[in-house]
Amino acid sequence: MEKFTTLTAVAAPLDKANIDTDQLVPAPFLRRPRSESFEGVLFYRVRRNADGEMRDDFILNKAPFDKAGIFVANRNFGCGSSREAAAWALVAAGVRAVIAPSFGDIHYNNEMNNGMVPVILPVEACDELRVQLHADPGAEITVDLETQTVTGPDGRTYAFTIPAFNRYRLLNGLDEIDVTLESDAEIAAYEARRVKTADWLFP
Amino acid sequence: MAKSMFEKIWDDHVVVERDDGQTLLYVDRHLCHDGSFQGYYTLNSQGRTLRRPDLTWGSPDHYRPTDAQSLNDISDPALREKVALFDKNAAESGIHYYGLDSEKMGVVHVIGPELGITLPGIMLVCGDSHTATHGALGAFAFGIGASEVAHVMATQTLWQKKPKSMRITVNGEVGFGVTGKDVILAIIAKISAAGAAGHVVEFAGSGITALSMEERMTVCNMTIEAGGRAGMIAPDEKTYAYCKGREFAPAGEKWDRAIEYWKTLPSDPGAVFDKEVTLNGADIAPMVTWGNSPENGLPVTGAVPDPANEPDPEKREAIQGALEYMGISAGMQISDIAVDQVYIGSCTNGRIEDLRAAAAVAKGRKAVVAARVVPGSEPVRRQAVEEGLDKIFLEAGFEWRLPGCASCLCLNDEIFAPGTRTASTSNRNFMGRQGERVRTHLVSPAMAAAAAITGHFSDVRDLAEDK
Ligand code: SF4
Repeated sequence: MEKFTTLTAVAAPLDKANIDTDQLVPAPFLRRPRSESFEGVLFYRVRRNADGEMRDDFILNKAPFDKAGIFVANRNFGCGSSREAAAWALVAAGVRAVIAPSFGDIHYNNEMNNGMVPVILPVEACDELRVQLHADPGAEITVDLETQTVTGPDGRTYAFTIPAFNRYRLLNGLDEIDVTLESDAEIAAYEARRVKTADWLFP
Repeated sequence: MAKSMFEKIWDDHVVVERDDGQTLLYVDRHLCHDGSFQGYYTLNSQGRTLRRPDLTWGSPDHYRPTDAQSLNDISDPALREKVALFDKNAAESGIHYYGLDSEKMGVVHVIGPELGITLPGIMLVCGDSHTATHGALGAFAFGIGASEVAHVMATQTLWQKKPKSMRITVNGEVGFGVTGKDVILAIIAKISAAGAAGHVVEFAGSGITALSMEERMTVCNMTIEAGGRAGMIAPDEKTYAYCKGREFAPAGEKWDRAIEYWKTLPSDPGAVFDKEVTLNGADIAPMVTWGNSPENGLPVTGAVPDPANEPDPEKREAIQGALEYMGISAGMQISDIAVDQVYIGSCTNGRIEDLRAAAAVAKGRKAVVAARVVPGSEPVRRQAVEEGLDKIFLEAGFEWRLPGCASCLCLNDEIFAPGTRTASTSNRNFMGRQGERVRTHLVSPAMAAAAAITGHFSDVRDLAEDK
């Protein structure tokens, strides 16, 4: 996994609530193995009109937002399907951090498992940031994982937290499975115990 | 200290607990499907092997076209490749596997309970968000992403931070013509699509315990549509009766020991939940969603909301956008919305009882729009045939397909024509979920059959009464 320490990038405001992972990556792309590129997949249908043309009223189709490295979204970002392709498509589009008042649970984990930082900030803070980004297109935001702070375009900082274990893995770019296998003895001990304490589980 | 059912199951599965609260939990059962190739890819590319194939089960459901009896029948090479890849991965890794030719195959959330893989008190995961379904038996079950699938394959464990807990109580039984599907749609309409975010939800109350096992599965299935991590219902006599005699359920003395343990699972009186919500069963009517979020549910007797009446500008815009996408206008009666097609099936409503409910409405009538019935599993399909339900559907002009996810998310070609409108028993009315610009309205199986017969949304209570 790629390390994440701090990121300063152009941020794009996504005003809509409940952006589900079906919108982030429509079903036809789920056939694509993760070893292949997910570039150009993000919001594939949302970006386009019925005739396949790029819509000019979709914010990510316009400069400078087409180069955004951070999204400031609304409540329940990434709700719905567990498809990890949503995180792969975000990373492929150069987005390494999403700031929102709340996330779909599974997608939240998927982001962290792909070197991304999902930042939960209060609704008012997200609203404020989006207003600034609309007013000043191309404005940058900094997400600092070390200090767990976000700095908005106006210099205001907001504190956030993410689970300490995920933070540690992100800061060090550690593979989760390797870390877990350090507890191999404990897993084996649990298994040995479980066969006895819940023998009904093993017909 | 009084503990909730969720806390009891959680405590029972702790392998390692770090100082920061991050907990390594043991996975009793891991379900895989033909979309798990991403997990297998990660596992294989890192040169790792599956730790507990004996605790892993799988069946191809997502990509499988529901007119193909066997691998060779799949005409689309890309789909055939996906199913064949799972056949290969499953054989190499030695998991319990039910391929297309197996009489036990089906949507994993249907076959889990059916085969007794799902049991009370266990922790079960699957790389699919509707894994919450299995909580209906009193299990802690939730969906995970592809990286987590690889993690479970390699270690049989998962890191979790303890979610918050929530109890949703439905007081009093629901009325005639109202089903588990309507209960969960009413709940989501009340608490919103993010109402249970970060929470494990326990559904309780007489309105819940009165539901059949199938309906309980429907309720838990859609916990994810309320943003919940998992949904669960305390095991009771109905649950035990359901589990008994199933292939992977315990038998003999082990059964007795299991029951003894399962009886300790329900939340203790005085258990504290971070959030409590209450509904009255009698207030719930057959529901129809009108927008692109599962929270947009209304009684079939209702009218489409008017954005002008919404004070919050953000919500106003959301309603406006949904009305445009859905091609309906403010104030329109739900029952005036005409549908182009009907889909009955999915892990939400593809079980035998769902098919019985739909058949009861379809019997002796004729569909006036295209209607498709997809059983959730091969055992469900066989049972339906035994009961003559397939004939009822075919005589009423419905299509009768083989088991799979089919038109629920359209990974295969069972996609609906662009811009058309569907009455669907599945779980997501998201934009484009069932095809480009397809407009999906979520309903119960009986309501879906009613829409097929009349061509628009109709109160199934009227249809049943004047029969
Ligand atoms: S039926 Fe639909 S929701 Fe259920 S597992 Fe299949 S694709 Fe997912």
